[in-house]
Parts: sequence; structure tokens; C-alpha cells
Amino acid sequence: MKMLNVLKADRGGQIFLLLLLLIAVVVPLLNQFTTADNPLHISTYTVALLGKYLAFALLAVAVDLVWGYLGILSLGHGAFFALGGYAMGMYLMRQIGERGVYGDPLLPDFMVFLNWDSLPWFWHGFDMFWFAMLMVMVVPGVLAFVFGWLAFRSRVTGVYLSIITQALTYALMLAFFRNEMGFGGNNGLTDFKDILGFSLQEDSTRIALFVASALALALGYLACRLIVTSRLGRVAVAIRDAEDRTRFTGYKVEHVKLAIFTFSAVLAGIAGALYVPQVGIINPGEFSPLNSIEIVIWVAVGGRATLYGAAAGALMVNYGKTYFTAALPEVWLFALGALFVLVTIFLPKGVIGLFRAKDKQT
Amino acid sequence: MTITNQIKTVVLLLLLLLVPGTPSFADTSEPKLDQAVELLKGKKFQQKYQAIELLAESASPQAQSILIALLERRLFKLKKTKQLVIAEKQGKTYKIQQAVSLEELGEVKKRALKKISLNNKMRTLIRSALASFDLKNPDREKRLAAVKQILDKADLEKAKIIRPILAQEQDEEIAESMSIIIALSDLSSDDAKQRNSAVTLLSGNIHPSVRNALNQLQQQTDDKALARSIKQALDSIDAKLQFYAVIENLFFGLSLGSVLVLAAIGLAITFGVMGVINMAHGELIMIGAYTTYVIQLLMPDSIGTATLIAIPIAFVVSGLVGIAIERGVIRFLYGRSLETLLATFGISLILQQTVRSIFSPLNRSVETPSWMSGAWEINSALSLTLNRLYIIVFCLLVFAALFYVLKKTALGLQVRAVSQNRAMARAMGVRSEWVDAMTFGLGSGVAGIAGVALSQLTNVGPNLGQSYIIDSFMVVVFGGVGNLWGTLVSGMSLGVANKFLEPWSGAVLAKILVLVFIILFIQKRPKGLFPQKGRAAEG
Repeated sequence: MKMLNVLKADRGGQIFLLLLLLIAVVVPLLNQFTTADNPLHISTYTVALLGKYLAFALLAVAVDLVWGYLGILSLGHGAFFALGGYAMGMYLMRQIGERGVYGDPLLPDFMVFLNWDSLPWFWHGFDMFWFAMLMVMVVPGVLAFVFGWLAFRSRVTGVYLSIITQALTYALMLAFFRNEMGFGGNNGLTDFKDILGFSLQEDSTRIALFVASALALALGYLACRLIVTSRLGRVAVAIRDAEDRTRFTGYKVEHVKLAIFTFSAVLAGIAGALYVPQVGIINPGEFSPLNSIEIVIWVAVGGRATLYGAAAGALMVNYGKTYFTAALPEVWLFALGALFVLVTIFLPKGVIGLFRAKDKQT
Repeated sequence: MTITNQIKTVVLLLLLLLVPGTPSFADTSEPKLDQAVELLKGKKFQQKYQAIELLAESASPQAQSILIALLERRLFKLKKTKQLVIAEKQGKTYKIQQAVSLEELGEVKKRALKKISLNNKMRTLIRSALASFDLKNPDREKRLAAVKQILDKADLEKAKIIRPILAQEQDEEIAESMSIIIALSDLSSDDAKQRNSAVTLLSGNIHPSVRNALNQLQQQTDDKALARSIKQALDSIDAKLQFYAVIENLFFGLSLGSVLVLAAIGLAITFGVMGVINMAHGELIMIGAYTTYVIQLLMPDSIGTATLIAIPIAFVVSGLVGIAIERGVIRFLYGRSLETLLATFGISLILQQTVRSIFSPLNRSVETPSWMSGAWEINSALSLTLNRLYIIVFCLLVFAALFYVLKKTALGLQVRAVSQNRAMARAMGVRSEWVDAMTFGLGSGVAGIAGVALSQLTNVGPNLGQSYIIDSFMVVVFGGVGNLWGTLVSGMSLGVANKFLEPWSGAVLAKILVLVFIILFIQKRPKGLFPQKGRAAEG
């Protein structure tokens, strides 16, 4: 059991996976086998919300992999997430079929609306689930590969890299806002009906998606853990701490960076694909630079270079966001802003860092 | 004196008045006016046509008011006295005044009046007569406006009126426009020679009417020689138009570039000189814009002064906020640039929400001073809007001032010393912490000034800063960090590139292309257009 070896020295990870397993089992049970008046009942809405958080947590793990272990502060991971989401959205759009408002068997509503008479070439194949899932991974992966290959080869590092990743997602946002791109422009893709033949409105589908998100998070966590405990991961940490020295020692710094960056982008894409069916919409707003920076703050709040900390941070911040935007919408941006400032100044190791410090003292 | 004597004197005086060469109040046109008035009272339309022509020839203000009244159906005949009057309806009665002397005659009932009838031919005649009034108006501006209007509408009927006036016209600009109108009407003449000379005259004239007329004639004519000369004329017109279009694009590009430079130059100082990523820079711009808004609210009567006063105040306000950010947050994060980025981003969110809470999330309208609105019209193909022109000038002034501060003042010397070698500067007695705060304040203050400028161009809202922050970073990174000249050159060239791509690709795609270009450019030259050289580069 190599997988378990990976977790041997990782107490936080063990606890994290156990908790994850627990909610993956308990939440569906509480949803299905308690009635609405039971205080322990979890509504289907909450299940979908938790599923969304889990997708975000996977995204945070992906960001932590490159930021915490490789020292690349990517302000563009939202783009990979959104691309994965769009690939999933395209599949879901094709599944609508004749049930759209215009009832066109082939063209999604927005294309009929724009008077297009045929499906653009890049929409072909998305009616097949396996192809769409492939694209969920391939599109963000290829973009990250090309972008990373250009950036790392010319040794763009530090804040420069952060800023051009931000420019990347900004450019993509502008592009996806255009109707001519063929991705629904401003409104994005929505009105999804079913996935693999199961209606998205059904409780059972929602629960299945929730469990799939939990599973993906667990697998994603294990995969990242596998990477960081491997030789590759140790070289990555060396690059993070002293890039030039690592290079002089004879390691191909660019290759290591490229491999991990691309893998992280693929993970982000998968997270996006899980996110879209659970919220029922994907639009260009997901590319906005603000979203990408928010991901980074999840990681910072949870604790960098721990992986499970990132996931915990994503859950905490998003819970806060849901709570504040509903209860005190004015306060949310203040709170988020303060979080950025306070965490960077007072909690450089995040919330997880607090627990770890205690561990060491005792 | 007997009564007969009195009558004699009156008659004599009247005679004197009518003699030509007597003082000017006896206008030579008076008899024409009287004659016209008499004719208008008649029943036959023939007489009325003649009357209109007479009035047109007289060109006196009375004649004009009579014609306007006639056109608006306000010209009446008093049934009792047969006087011609202009009437104004007031409730049930009509207020009348004598048509020639404009003497008030009190109010009468409708029954007492008889309307002077009007037909379509009269209407046409009156309209062209009125046009010629403007063309003969002694006021140059009025004449110019009249000619321009005819030319813009390509109203070639008026050529008949203009032809006799042209010789008398003293003003060159008006005369030129007039001869263009005549040439345009000559295009449709039957005389081939006249047509040809008209085409030659019109060649290279960029007025849209000219181009339209030539285009039309080119499609209709069978005359090959004429077609050839028209083609030449059109080519020379198009070449000129293209040239002006390039100039205009360049102007728009430079003004966009100025906005970029203004937004980015503060960042060039904080990022370039201090190595600090300030994601709240856009919000400092926003604060400057809102400062303008508040000051205009305080001084609603003098918007121009308020806008000017806003410049130093915005500098101080944004500068102080900047210093507060530096002292409160950034100071603790020196050497951890990625963390600085996150913390300042948090600050930007807080500032945005603060503004949203105080001023509402809606956009606020900042007024433009009167001397900034309008355009500088160079010719019919090229007009430069004044606010953009001012922005360019303003940007250059700010750049010069900043350059002066950094190169010639004690503060500038210390800033450069600290940015090049902090430890050495400290050893020489430079208070580096103080310099950091001042530098940050300076950069932030300049952002505030940029905000004043931007408030004149775009909507002022809580998201104003966010929309400029990425562009600003691109400008700084493209130009080369720590180099003011680089920022100027890169801002201007990005602005111009954007505007030249726009007609070809559309605004959004142009922006995307520029972004992609910069991303690729950074790969090729990670240190920007003008990288720092020597020891400073290693910092």
C-alpha cells in the first residue's frame, strides 16, 4: 500500500482524510434518512453548497501545490478552474438537446439567439461524456504547459510571474465576455438539465456529485501528497527556497516547475468541472482576477505548504463568505480585506500554523 | 404757420428722405419693402412671388421678420385699415404689431384679421430667401455657419443664391466654402468643361459632401475622361482622409496612453523604486477621483476652479492614505513581496467597500469644466476633443514634475540612494524608513492626481481602480521596472497600439491582443523595454 506510506508521517493529512470520509458518508445519510423537521437534517441545498466548497477545496489544494511547495504565487488559477468548468458546461449544454427554449436539437440556445446556423468546430465531441472529461483536464493542462514553458524557460519569477498570470486570466475573461467566442458571452452557460442521463434537480444526483467531489478531493490530496513526498517534491521545495542553487546543482529547474504547474492546473480544471453542475452556471466572471486572488487567500488562511491546510482554509473562508453575504453583505468585503491583511502580517503560517505551534510546545 | 405750410414741410421732409445719398436711416431698400408689403396684400400668388423676391433683395431685418412670419402663418392683414401686421395669438385675441415699423398695435379679435395665404411654391421661395439672408449677414460667424450648413447638407439649390454673392465675399474661408458649393452644383452641369474644372477644384477636398457627390457622379457618368479625373480626385481625397484618420488614431492612442501613464507612473515609483507591489494603487486613483467629486459638490458654482483645486487636494489625500498603508502594513512585510501583494490587495478591498458604503455603489458623475468640453476642429475630417488634449498635456506635466522631483531634489536623491543600495544609504545617514514613507506617499499622491484626470474621462465608481490596476502593472512591467522614461514610452506605445488595433479587431480583442503581446514580450525580455543596468539591476 504505497498510498498509505504517503500518509505515514502526515498526521494532519490522516485527520483530514478521515474527516472527509466522515462527511462524505454522514451528509448524504442525514439528507436522505432524516425528515426536514429533524434538527440534524441537511437540506439538499446545503448538500450542493458543501459540494461546491469541496470543489473549492480541491482548487485550493492545487494552488497550494504550486505556491506552498514550488514558490509560484499564481494569480491565474481561477482561469484553469473556469476552463475546466467551461468544458463541463459545454457537455451539459449539449445534453439539453431539444429541451432548450428554442428547441433546437443541436445548437444551444445562445447560438440560436445569435443566429448561428451550425455548431462551431470546438463544440464537437462535447456530447460525449468521456471526451468532455478529457477536455476538462487537457485544456487547462495544455494552457498551463504552454504558458509555463514560455514563462519558466525565460526565468520569469516572483512578482513578475504573479502579475502575468493575473494578466492571463484577465485576458481570458475579456475574451470569454465576447459573444463571438462561442461560449455564451456575458451570460455564460446555464439552464443545464441532466448529467449522464440523471436530472440535475434530483436529490440523488446532487448527493452523487457531492460524493464525487469528496472523492476527487481525497484523490487530489493523495496525488499532491505523493508528489511532495517524492524526489520531485523535494526538488520543488529546493527550488522554492533557492532556485539558483538548485539550478547550479544540476537540476532542470524548468522541467520540475513545468511538471508541477501543469499538474496543478489539471487539478484546478477538475475542480471546475465538479463545481459547474453543482451551481448550475458558468460565466466569464469566474475568470475575474479577484476570484484567483481569493483562492490564494484561502490557502494563506489555512496555511501554506500543508495541502490539508489549504483545503481547510477554502472551507472556512467560503463558509464565512456564504454567511456574511447573506447576513451582512456590506461587511463581507471588509472582512475579506481584513483577512488578507491580518493573515499575511500575523499568521504567515495560517490557522494550521497555530495548531502546529502548540504541538511543538507540548 | 398755416396748416398748409405744415403739410408742405412734412412733404418736403418726406421727399428728402427718399432722395438717394441722404443719411443712412433712409435705407435704399425701403421702397422695395413698401412695394413688397403692398404686393403681399394682393390676392394673386404671382404678386406674392414678386413680393418675396423683393423682400429677399432688400435683405433688411424687417424683410426677414416678415418672411419668417409669413412662413409661420403669423402674417395678417387688418381688415379695417388694410395694414400688414404680424400677430401673436394670446388666448382668444391676437396681439398685433405693424409689419414694417414693428409698432405695437394692441390686441384684436380674430375676426378683425385676414390671414395672408401661402402656397408651396411660396414656401420654397421663402426658405431660399431666408438662407440668402444668413449668407448676406454682416456678422462673419453667421455667414460661415450658413455656408457650412449648406455644404453639410449638400443643398445644391442654394448654389444659385451663392453664385452672385461669392464675388462680394471678403472672407477667405467663407469664399472657399462657397466656391465648393458652386463647384458641387457644377458637377451636374451639362457643359463638360465646367464639369471638368469643378472636378479639378474639388480634388483633394475632404468634405464628406464632396466625396459623396464625386462618388455618385463616378457611377453615373459615361464620359471616360471625366471618370478618370474623378477617380484621381477621389484618390487624393482618400489619401488625405487616411492621413487624417492616422493622425486621429494617433491622438486617441496618445490620450489613452496618457491615461495609462498617469495611472501607472505612481506605481512605477512604488513598484519600481521600492520593489513593493501595491495592489491598492488602483484604489488610490479612485480616491483621487472621489476627491474631485466631493470638491465639486462643495463648490457647485465654480466647477472649473473646483477641478483645479482638486489636483493638489487629491495628491494630499491619496498621499496620506498611501503613507498610512505603508506605515500600517507594508512596513512589516519588506522583503516578502508576495505577501505584500496579498496584504495590499486586502487593503484595496477595504477601500472599495468603504467608498461603496459612503458614496453608494452607483457611479457618481463628475462634471467637466466648460473649458474642457468641446473639440478643436481642425478640418471636417479631424477634430480633437479638448478633454483628451488636456489629458495629454496634463500627463506630460505630471511626468516632468515627477522627473524633476526624483532627479533634482534632496528627496529624490535619497529615494534613488535607498533604492540602489539600502544598507549603504543608511550608513551615509539617510533615514531609510522616512524615505520609504515619503516615496510611497509620493507614488500614492500621483495616483490621486491620476484620479482627478480620470474623473474627467470615465465614470467614477467603486470599481474605477480595479479596472486600471492590471493595465498599470502591464505598463510598468513592459517599460522596465525602476525607470520613469520606460513607463512613459511603454504607456504611450501601448495606448497607440491599442487604438490602431481597435478598428481592425474591435476594442475588446485589441485589449486582449495587447495583453497577450505583453505576456509574450515579458518571456523574451523579462526586465522590460528599458532594463536597469549595472549594480542597481542586481538588487
